[in-house]
Amino acid sequence: MRCEDVALILPRAVDVGEPVDESVQHHVNSCLTCQAELAKYHKLLKALRTMRHQLLIPAPGTLAMTLAALQESQERRAIRSLVTGRRGAYLGAIGGAAVAAGAAAAAVALARRRAPRLAG
Amino acid sequence: MTSVAQSNRYRYDGSDPLSQEELVAAARDGDQQAFEELVRQTYVATYTLAYRLTGNEEDARDVVQETYLRAWKAIRRFRGDAQFSTWLYRITANTSSSMTQRRSRNRADSLDDQGSEVIDERPFANPEASSEASALHQRLSEAVAELPPKLRAIVILKDVYDLPHEAIAEELGISVAAAKVRLHRARKRLRDVLFEERGGVARAV
Repeated sequence: MRCEDVALILPRAVDVGEPVDESVQHHVNSCLTCQAELAKYHKLLKALRTMRHQLLIPAPGTLAMTLAALQESQERRAIRSLVTGRRGAYLGAIGGAAVAAGAAAAAVALARRRAPRLAG
Repeated sequence: MTSVAQSNRYRYDGSDPLSQEELVAAARDGDQQAFEELVRQTYVATYTLAYRLTGNEEDARDVVQETYLRAWKAIRRFRGDAQFSTWLYRITANTSSSMTQRRSRNRADSLDDQGSEVIDERPFANPEASSEASALHQRLSEAVAELPPKLRAIVILKDVYDLPHEAIAEELGISVAAAKVRLHRARKRLRDVLFEERGGVARAV
């Protein structure tokens, strides 16, 4: 195994738990150049991890704009829900009226059928 | 590094401020005020990730807005398996990816891995405690910003924010294998930039 070959594997090998070929491991253990190379990757990863805590300050107004967009979206949703609700109420009322009318008609028809006929 | 004060103003009864878990639970139940408090607590971190992924302030602000709109729509489905911040990072990554693709189509920019996009528009980075650490972070930030967008996204999400390969692949719409290949390529590039040798003398990070 040559250092050039190991150099290609090190960006992956630096991950904890990543399986590394035994021959690579053996080479790194006995090669100061590759150990130094591996140390550079460890240093790089450590530095990258610290970036997570380096916060960047957004321009003033970013929060206000975000909250305004949220509220606007919420209002749109509420209006949509209201319109949908009203439509449902109208349809329900029409349906209810139709059912009631049908029931009344049926009741009248039934009453007429049962009414005793006067002898003429 | 400057700590960003987080708001603790949201209280139901004037006693202790609600924890983030309580705010998330309230927001899942449809409490918009609770969600707005979550926005206040997390928008700087969301902006930071969005800026690092998109590379400019305008896009980062748009990503922040879009991320919270998506999060609000989806919060009922947030099961709490992961931390709320991790869930938000995933939405931010997905939103940034969509925006970067849309912008690149509009601007006819190349997203090819071989490209070398240089970002020269930076917000104010926070001052570092020591000059050595400051130099390291400055050079690293520049090196990351100079990576092509596809490589940059992977290295930021994996090595900075510690998202698993599977989650990164899902949010960016690529395979896990592709995510790994790009990560290793990105690390190699960063290593080359940070430890570049000039006249036999390595430039220390």
